[in-house]
Amino acid sequence: MSTLARGWLIAAIALRALRRNKMRSSLTSLGIIIGVASVVAMLAVGNGARASIEGQVAALGQNLLSVSAGSSRSGGVNAGAGSASTLTIGDAEAVEREVPGIAAVSPEVTKSIQAVANGRNWSTTVAGESEAYLGIRDWDLAAGAMFTERDVRTAAKVAVLGSKTANELFGPLDPLGQAVRVGNIPFVIIGVLESKGAGIGGGGQNQDDRIIVPYTTAMRRITGDQSLRSFNVQVGSAADMTEVEQEIKALLRQRHRLAADQDDDFNIFNQQEIADTANTITGIITLLLGSIGSISLVVGGIGIMNIMLVSVTERTREIGIRMAVGARPGIVQLQFLLEAMLLSVLGGGIGVLIGVGIARLVQALADFTPVVSPGSIVLAFGVSCAIGIFFGYYPARKAARLDPIEALRYE
Amino acid sequence: MTAESNAVPTAGGAAPIIELRALNRTYRTDEVEVRAVHDVTLTIERGEFVAIMGASGSGKSTLMNVLGCLDRPTSGDYRLAGRSVADLDRAQLALLRNRKIGFVFQSFNLLARTSALENVELPLLYSVPLVPRRERRARATRTLESVGLAARMHHVPSQLSGGQQQRVAIARALVTEPELLLADEPTGNLDSRTSIEIMGLLQAQNDAGLTVVMVTHELDIAAYCKRVVVMRDGAIIRDEANAEPRSAAAERATLDAAEQQARLA
Repeated sequence: MSTLARGWLIAAIALRALRRNKMRSSLTSLGIIIGVASVVAMLAVGNGARASIEGQVAALGQNLLSVSAGSSRSGGVNAGAGSASTLTIGDAEAVEREVPGIAAVSPEVTKSIQAVANGRNWSTTVAGESEAYLGIRDWDLAAGAMFTERDVRTAAKVAVLGSKTANELFGPLDPLGQAVRVGNIPFVIIGVLESKGAGIGGGGQNQDDRIIVPYTTAMRRITGDQSLRSFNVQVGSAADMTEVEQEIKALLRQRHRLAADQDDDFNIFNQQEIADTANTITGIITLLLGSIGSISLVVGGIGIMNIMLVSVTERTREIGIRMAVGARPGIVQLQFLLEAMLLSVLGGGIGVLIGVGIARLVQALADFTPVVSPGSIVLAFGVSCAIGIFFGYYPARKAARLDPIEALRYE
Repeated sequence: MTAESNAVPTAGGAAPIIELRALNRTYRTDEVEVRAVHDVTLTIERGEFVAIMGASGSGKSTLMNVLGCLDRPTSGDYRLAGRSVADLDRAQLALLRNRKIGFVFQSFNLLARTSALENVELPLLYSVPLVPRRERRARATRTLESVGLAARMHHVPSQLSGGQQQRVAIARALVTEPELLLADEPTGNLDSRTSIEIMGLLQAQNDAGLTVVMVTHELDIAAYCKRVVVMRDGAIIRDEANAEPRSAAAERATLDAAEQQARLA
């Protein structure tokens, strides 16, 4: 109890000494303020980038494997993934039937096409999918319903519009129950999707600009082809992703009769791997940004040490007086250590506020949401306290080791 | 070389406040050994008022630093109030200074930009056990009043005259109610009239029972003390009682009366 009271007393003495040199104290703190503010702001930007990328990867769907056809070559020109006609509906069915651990499979064919409805013309993409597609992609409907397994089996001429497509064709009108002509085939609109936003996995296209129809209908009426562009596989458990991927690969190689020395004629996109890679990259970015901030924090700490050394020299006589009237060396050391810590802790507190302010400013100015995590605030604040102790220790010890006689004589 | 104490013990039975036995303080600078205090044996009883005199380099300041527990003897024994200080560490010495000793310096050594009251409170900040805030303030106020500075408590040193600053310093030395007051040339920076005031304050404290040891090189200041110890080359060469010390109070009354007359004339 008495120790605590003495601690407060010494802290009050330290605070008074700092207030005596307001300008110097604030400039010294400024180093820590800038350091902490940049650490907090940069970690917020890094975490924001990570959250944004994680969100986009998660928007692809849950535990998604996407198997696409290999690229076709004609005269040395690579037409891109999915252009070869190597994947068939049979492949998709065989995978669903023979590979364990699969929750759902949705074959996919796509084609760029002209859509006409409500007297308007719109150039978009038609995607043939199975009824499981929305579940696999973790995608909800804004209105209406998804087509059913029966619609797929009977190749019904029903369509679900992406939010952008619906808006382009119908504006504020309700598209449900209306007709849309897709490549001259009339479809009945039974649902409208929620907006997913532009993101990765859309093949560079806006995911909201598409018309989804049963893949059977698309193959029969629109592409006129039995080959698939790709099929999406939802794996039951995240832990099985790699194993399922390997089994699909083995099955398809066998079905395609590929010799051991031949390359795959298909590609498998593993959402988990993308997520892991993205996490690694954003982790590195965050670390990099944090390190840049930390450098200024260390520079700020050296500034504190410098000023404290000047202060100890300047106040040699004061130290001598305090020692003569009975201040023990430990108490003198504590006073100067507390001065350094107050500088860094006050700087840290203000720095956190400014860092959060910068994060808010970035949010307001850029189309991006920095995430200020409580952890980064605690970290920055804790580090600034530690810097006060670390860089304040040497000057404080120097003060405590002064010889009172020498100190009293100091001019 | 060693001089016997001529003083009569005042507090019967109690240990002398200061007992030095064959005390040496040697400085080693490069190859040269300087014996600043050489084989000094000295006893000062409670209630004495001792002047330590000598030219500069005579070792009186070094002796004062040892007496004040600011410095430790190289060899020999120093007992303060019956207790040997030889094996105390820096923290213990600090505590001992805080409890037993009050210091008055030639250059006052007040904290700048700090009020008289806070300067006087300073030693209480370091007392063990801690003196509560309210009591610190009360004791500092009372002590400042006792040195006649009640009206200037909230002045900072730069707003005070030299004599007033020295009175603040004396109040700071007295606030812990020490057993020993050490004054190092307390009038060295003051004019003669102010010197009389300061000596009056020290004499009053001594009359009230406080032991005062003062270093001075001025004979007329030493004349206020009851005992004069003279040092040369680190050793005591003379130690004698002053049968008729000057009285600062009486001189001041005379001075005041003379001024009164001059004004009337």
